[in-house]
Order: sequence, then structure tokens, then C-alpha cells
Amino acid sequence: MCGAPDQAVALPAGTDLEKQTVLAGRVVAGESPVGGAFVRLLDGTGEFTAEVVSSASGDFRFFAAPGTWTVRALSRSGNGESVLTADGPGLHQTKVAVA
Amino acid sequence: MSREDVLVTTDWAEKNLGAEGVVFVEVDEDTTAYDGGHIPGAVKFSWTTELTDPVRRDVLTKEDFSAVLSAKGIGNDDTVVLYGGNNNWFAAYAYWEFKLYGHQDVKLIDGGRKKWELDGRTLTTEVADRPAATYTAKDADLSIRAFRDEVVASIGAKNLVDVRSPDEFSGKIFAPAHLPQEVSQRRGHVKGAINVPWSKAANEDGTFKSDEELKALYGDAGLDDGKAVIAYCRIGERSSHTWFVLRELLGHSDVKNYDGSWVEYGSLVGVPIELGAGS
Repeated sequence: MCGAPDQAVALPAGTDLEKQTVLAGRVVAGESPVGGAFVRLLDGTGEFTAEVVSSASGDFRFFAAPGTWTVRALSRSGNGESVLTADGPGLHQTKVAVA
Repeated sequence: MSREDVLVTTDWAEKNLGAEGVVFVEVDEDTTAYDGGHIPGAVKFSWTTELTDPVRRDVLTKEDFSAVLSAKGIGNDDTVVLYGGNNNWFAAYAYWEFKLYGHQDVKLIDGGRKKWELDGRTLTTEVADRPAATYTAKDADLSIRAFRDEVVASIGAKNLVDVRSPDEFSGKIFAPAHLPQEVSQRRGHVKGAINVPWSKAANEDGTFKSDEELKALYGDAGLDDGKAVIAYCRIGERSSHTWFVLRELLGHSDVKNYDGSWVEYGSLVGVPIELGAGS
């Protein structure tokens, strides 16, 4: 299969990256991963879409649709956000720095 | 009914840990969250096995609800303080189910688990051990629960509030964006429903917006205060959040939660469905 997913991101069995748009990333403070951050996915108009908690390694993921998204993280280490553009299905990755 | 009767702050919660007659209950979408740390003394409810029937798609029966609360050491006279992750989605669902079965004194922690964590308050992994109690649920109060036939009959007659995200409402996606999208039902929304995403009722830290902001939110979206309301989402938990806002915070007298929600409605044959952003 072409476009093999990044193995660092564990996706559920059966996730078809030919069809699904997966947004994934890591919350960091400086170089350190931030686990337990509240990661909010906002759509192109800034509207809240979903929220997950980052894993111990700071990782998070969303199943979304092509478009422009803002990923905003709230944590005890501070808040931060990053903009992600998914031009089509597949895995799209970003990093969110909090301070 | 006022905000103080149904909602407590994280500060109040911390000051009342261990108080006589007060039971803290955590309910999360992620049913393992409690095990990694919870408010000291709180008991855990798993929404998949202790709030819903494990076989049929339904809430617990009155008898099963009584048995679960008895086993958790919750009595009819206890003040139950619910909280959970994901902005209290499933805690609000539990609140609705507690009210469905007539529990008198039940409250939500404003902001839920998120606010508690962002405040930097203590979490423990020690599992609360409460002696069993004898709980007797009342008959289900169907004035707060809508079923599918009533939803279809309410098109054009009552306020139908779809509280899912705009992309779910319009039919762009099937489920919230943090969940996989493989499902069998049709996309879209109940014909004539207005879309007020549950999230618009909450601040970023998970607390509820002020009464004034909430009134403006639903008024601007076209909610007719003179008519009954049915709220729905995908499986009935986000709509519990909105049901809580409309009935418990804003005091609207006739609000039902349609817990069958889109997973049921979107699978029904022949019912009216609309696509797009709505009228």
C-alpha cells in the first residue's frame, strides 16, 4: 500500500487512510512532551469540533475531514495552538507548543 | 431551580470532599480515566455497563439502576455530585438518568474533570470503598425522555435542537472528529431542527456560560420559548449537556432528551432528513 502511515502514530485497526482524514500531533513545552493536555479541534471558522486528552507522550489524534483546522491545547504548563491544513484524506501531523 | 441548586464549583467540591451525605461520582467517555486518577473519595460509573443496558440499546431498567446505586453505596437521600471528562458529557448523561429515575439531589461540578485538573487539584488512584446502601428508584419520568415517534411527530411543532457539530449536522461527517467515522446510518439531521452545538454552551475550561449568554445563544438560534424542546445528538450524551442547560439552568419547563438520537434516527426507514446547514 502506498502512503504507509507513520508508525509512530498508532491508529485503530481498520483505519483507511485512503478514505479517512486523520489529524495527529504532539503537545510540547519546550522539548518535553505534555501528557494530560486538553486538545481542542476547531474548524475553519474557529468553531469547536472535538476535544481529546493527550497521551503520556503528548500525542493526540482526530478523525476529521479535509480543510483547515486549528488545534488548541490547554494544560497546566500553559496553552498554545497550531493551524493544520488537510488537503485530502491521509495522515496530517502537527506539533502544538504550550507556554 | 437555580444554578446553585444544580451546579457546584470545583472549589465547593474540594471543600466538601468526605462530607456526610455527599457522594462524588465520576463518569467518563473514556471509562479508564478514573483508574488513572480521580477526585478523592469519588466512585466510578462506567457509562457502557452501569448507565446503559449491556444488551439492549437503552438506559438501565429501574431495577438495575436501583441495584447499581445500592452497590455503589448511594442512598436516596444522598447528594450526588457528578463530574467527568470531555466537558461533563457523560456526567450530564448520568445527571439526566438520575433525574429520570427521580433522584432528588444531584449536581454537576462546573467544568468537570478538566476544570479540576487545570486548577491543579488533587487526584488519587485509591478506589473509594463505600458500604452498600439500599436504593429504590422511582418510576421513569418520561417527561424528560423523548422516543423516536415523538420526534417525528414534533417536526414543525416543537423545537428540535441538534447539538452536534456543524459538520455532523450538515452531513459532512458521521461522528465527532475524535471518533472513527465508520457507521451505517444516513447522514444529516431531523428535518427542521436547529443546530446549536453543545460546545457553544460551554467555556473553553468546560464551565457553563452565564445565563445571559445562554439565553442569547438559543434565542439567536431561533429557539421558540413558547414551545416544548427535544434535544438530540448522536447517542444522547451531548444532548444531555444541552438538556441540562435548557431545563436545569435556564428553567425551560418542557425539555426532553432524545437519547436514541442520530444513531437511531439516521437508521429509520422513511423519516424526514435534511442535509446541509439548515434553513
